[in-house]
Amino acid sequence: MNDQITNSSLLTILSILIPVFPLVGFLINGLLGKRVPEPIAGWIGSIAVLASFVCAAAIFFTLPATESLSFNLFNWIAYANLNISFGFLIDPLTITMLLVITGIGFLIHLYSISYMHGDEGFTRFFTYLNLFIFFMLLLVMGNNYLVMFIGWEGVGLCSYLLIGFWFKEHENNNAAKKAFIMNRVGDLGFLLGMFALLMLFGTLDYASVAQAVQGYPINDGLIVGITLLLFIGAMGKSAQIPLYTWLPDAMAGPTPVSALIHAATMVTAGIYMIVRSNVLFAMAPATLDVILIVGVATCVMAAIIGLMQNDIKKVLAYSTVSQLGLMFVALGLGAFSSGMFHVVTHAFFKALLFLGSGSVIHALHGEQDIRKMGGLGKYIKITFITFMIGSLAISGIPPFAGFFSKDEILAKTFEHSPAIWIIVSLSSALTAFYMFRLVYITFSGNYRGTEETRSKIHESPALITIPLIILAILSIIGGFMGLPAITGLTHKFSTYLSSVTGASAGILPDAHHLSHATEYVLIGVAVLAAIVSILIARYMYVTKGQLPANSDAELNGLQKLVSNKFYVDEVYNAVFVKPVVKLSTLIYEYVDKLVVDNVVNGVAKVTDLSGRTLRLMQTGSTTFYLLAMVCGIVVLFVIRLLI
Amino acid sequence: MAQYIFYALSIVTILSALYVVFAKSPMYSVIAMIVCFFSIAGHYVLLNAQFLAIVHVIVYAGAIMVLFLFVVMLLNLNQEPDKSHGKLLRVAAAISGGMLFLVLLLSLNTSETGTFILPEKSDIGLVEHVGKKLFNEYVLPFEISSVLLLSAIIGSVVLAKKES
Amino acid sequence: MENALVSVPHNWYLLLSSLLFCIGVMGVLFRRNVIVILMCIELMLNSVNLLLVSFSAYAQNADGQVFVFFVMVVAAAEVAVGLALIVSIYRNVASTDIDSMKKLKW
Repeated sequence: MNDQITNSSLLTILSILIPVFPLVGFLINGLLGKRVPEPIAGWIGSIAVLASFVCAAAIFFTLPATESLSFNLFNWIAYANLNISFGFLIDPLTITMLLVITGIGFLIHLYSISYMHGDEGFTRFFTYLNLFIFFMLLLVMGNNYLVMFIGWEGVGLCSYLLIGFWFKEHENNNAAKKAFIMNRVGDLGFLLGMFALLMLFGTLDYASVAQAVQGYPINDGLIVGITLLLFIGAMGKSAQIPLYTWLPDAMAGPTPVSALIHAATMVTAGIYMIVRSNVLFAMAPATLDVILIVGVATCVMAAIIGLMQNDIKKVLAYSTVSQLGLMFVALGLGAFSSGMFHVVTHAFFKALLFLGSGSVIHALHGEQDIRKMGGLGKYIKITFITFMIGSLAISGIPPFAGFFSKDEILAKTFEHSPAIWIIVSLSSALTAFYMFRLVYITFSGNYRGTEETRSKIHESPALITIPLIILAILSIIGGFMGLPAITGLTHKFSTYLSSVTGASAGILPDAHHLSHATEYVLIGVAVLAAIVSILIARYMYVTKGQLPANSDAELNGLQKLVSNKFYVDEVYNAVFVKPVVKLSTLIYEYVDKLVVDNVVNGVAKVTDLSGRTLRLMQTGSTTFYLLAMVCGIVVLFVIRLLI
Repeated sequence: MAQYIFYALSIVTILSALYVVFAKSPMYSVIAMIVCFFSIAGHYVLLNAQFLAIVHVIVYAGAIMVLFLFVVMLLNLNQEPDKSHGKLLRVAAAISGGMLFLVLLLSLNTSETGTFILPEKSDIGLVEHVGKKLFNEYVLPFEISSVLLLSAIIGSVVLAKKES
Repeated sequence: MENALVSVPHNWYLLLSSLLFCIGVMGVLFRRNVIVILMCIELMLNSVNLLLVSFSAYAQNADGQVFVFFVMVVAAAEVAVGLALIVSIYRNVASTDIDSMKKLKW
C-alpha cells in the first residue's frame, strides 16, 4: 500500500513536470530573446521537449494500462454551484498523445535547429515552438473540458504566430489570420458545447460528464446538440468540411511548423477531443452519423483537390485534410481506438513527409513548385529514400505503418456499409496516386530548374537527415502496434486504449464481425488498388513524362475546377467575407463617421470650451480663492441642513 | 463660581481675537494673539486639562508667538501702514464669515444634544493620564510626529536660507 | 480640584469655539498681510483645539487631549515652514501683501 502511494506521488510529480519543461524553455528563450546565441536557443528548446518525452516515457512504463491517474492542482473557478478545478488526467489515451507530441516534437525541434539556421527569428521560432508544445500538452493532459480549452486556444494562438512567422510577407499574415478566424468559428461551437454541458450536468469533468450522460436516453436531443457543437469545434481544429480551407493556406509557415502543428499534433486535437468524450458521442449516434458523412466528404474532396496541386507542401496539406477525414470516418463508426491508431501512424509518416519536403525545399533554396524540380533522387538520396518510405506508408502498402491503420478503418467501414467502403477505398487509391505523382515529379526524370541552381543542390546536414531516418523507421515498424485480427495476434494498441474506449463500447450497437475470408479480400483489394494507382502514376509521370500544366488555359473544365480547389475559397469569399466587408464599410461610413466621431469630438469641444471659460476664474488672488472656499462650505452646510 | 470665570475668560478670548483681526499693525496683532492664547490656556485649566494648558502656553505663547514676533521685527513691517482690501471684498468677507457663523449655529441648534454624566473629580487631563495614553496607544504617531518636526526644521532652514 | 464643568453647560463651549473659528475665517478674508493671515489660521486651529478639549473633558475621554497634542505638533511645524516661506517670499518681492503673490494664474 505504502509502495503504491509513493509510486503515485512520483507519477504525479512526473506528470506535472511534463508541461513545465517546455514552459521553462519558452520562458528562457522568450525572455532572453536575441541574447541567446543561435544554436543554444535551439538546443534549449529541444532539450526541454526531450525532458518531457523522457517523463512521458517513464509514466508509460510505470502506469498500468488499466489504471489512470487524475489529480487536481488547484481550485480554479469556484462560484455558487460552479466548481471547476485545474487538474490533470493521465490515462492510456493521454500517454499515447504525450508520446506522440513530445517524441515527434523533439525530432522536429532537432530538425529545426538546422532548418532554421541563419533565420533572423531563430530564437523566436523556438520560443513559439516550446509554447506550442506546452499548450498541446495542457490540451491532452487536462482532466476537464476547460483545461482542454486553454490548450485548445493556446495551440490556436501558436499556430497563428507560426503561420505568420515570416510576417514581412503580407500573404503569410493573411494565411495566419485566416487560420485564426476559421478556428475561432469552430471554437465558438466548442464554447457553446461547454456551456451546454455546464447547464446540463453542472460539471466539465470528463469522468463526471461520462457518468452523468449515461442517465439520458440514446439520441436525446440535448446530447445530440451538445455533441454537434463539440464536433463543430473539432471541425475547425481538425480542418474538416466546411472549415478546412485554412489548413492548405497554413503551409505559409516554416516547414517544421507544418510538420509539427499542421500534420502531426494540433490538427489531431479534434480527434483527441472526440475520443476523450467517446461516451458522450456514443450516446448520440445521430452525431456519429454526421461525423461519418463529414469525414467521408472531406476525405474524398481533399484527395481530389490533392491530385492537381503543384506546390509540394500544398499536396501534403490536402493529403493531411484527407487523412484527417479518414480518422473522422473511424470516429463516426464508433471505432475510437482505430481513429487514434491512425492518428499515431499518420503522425509518423506525415511528419516524415513534411520534413522530407522541407529537406527538398532546403536543398533547392526555397523552391516549392514541383514543376521546377525533378530528378532530385540522384542528388539527395537520404531524403529521397525516406520520402519514398513515407509515401508507401501513406498509400497503405504493407508492411508500412499506414497499411495497418488504414486497413483497420476500411474494414470497419465495410462492416458498416459497403457503399462507404467503396468511396473511402477510392479516396485511398487517390491518395496513393497523388503521393506518387508527387514522388515521381519531384525525384525522378531530369532536373527542370536552371543549371545554376542545379549545381547548388546538396543533401541536408545530419540534424535534418537523422530525424528523417528515425521517422522513416517508425513509419516502417509503427504499424505493428496494431495487427489486424486475422493474424491471430493481439492488437496491442487497442488493448492499451481499451480502458478509455471500453466505456463507449457497451453503448454502441455491436457490429457484426467480418469473416476472415472477407477481410483477406478487403485487404487484397485495398493493396491492389494502391499498387495500381502507383503504377498509373508511374506510367503517366515517368514513362510518358507528363508534367502538370503551367496555366489554367491548358486545362479542361473539370481539371480547372479541381485545380482551383472547387472554388471553395472564392465561394466563401463571396458568401461570408464580402457581405461582412460591405456591412463594415457601411457602418464605418454612417455610424462611425457620423455618430461616433461627432460624439467624441463634441465631448472634446465641450471640455475645451468650458476649460477656456472656467479658467478665467483663476485670478491668482488668494483671498478670492479663500472666499470661494468659505462660500462653498456654507453652501454645503446649507444643503446638509435642508436635507 | 466657575461660570463667572468662564464668562470672563470667554470675553477676553473673543475681544483679543477680534483685535488680532482688526489691529492696524501686525505687532499689535501678535500681542493680542498672545493674550488670546493665555485666555485659552485658562479655558483648558477650567476644563481640567492641566497638562495641555501648560503645553499650550509653552508651545503657542512661548514658541510660536515668539517666532511671529521675530519675523515681524525681522521684516520691519511696522513702518508701512497695512492696506486693507477693497470695499467690495471686505463686505463679501464679512457676509461670508457671518453666514458661516449663522450656519454653524443653525447646525448646532438642530443637532441632537446628549447629556454627559460628570464625575465629582476628574483627572484625565493630568500628565499621568495623558502620558499613559500617549505612550501606549499613540506611541507610533508620537514617534512619527518627531520625524515631522525634524523635517519642518530642515525645511524651514532650507527655505529661509539666503540663496548664495 | 472642584469640578467646574458642572456649572458650565457644554453648549457654551460649542458656541465659543464656533465664534472663535468664524473670527479666524473673517480675519483670513479681511487682511492682506500674510503674517496676520497665518495668525488667523492659528486662531482657527485653536478654536478646534478648544472644542476637542471640551468634548474630551465632558465625555471623560483622554483621546481628545492626545489629539490636541498632535494638532499642536503639526501647528508648530506649519508655522515654522510658513514663516520661512514668508521670509523667502519677502526677499523676492519685498512685501508681505497677499496681493503681491498673484503670479500663479491663467
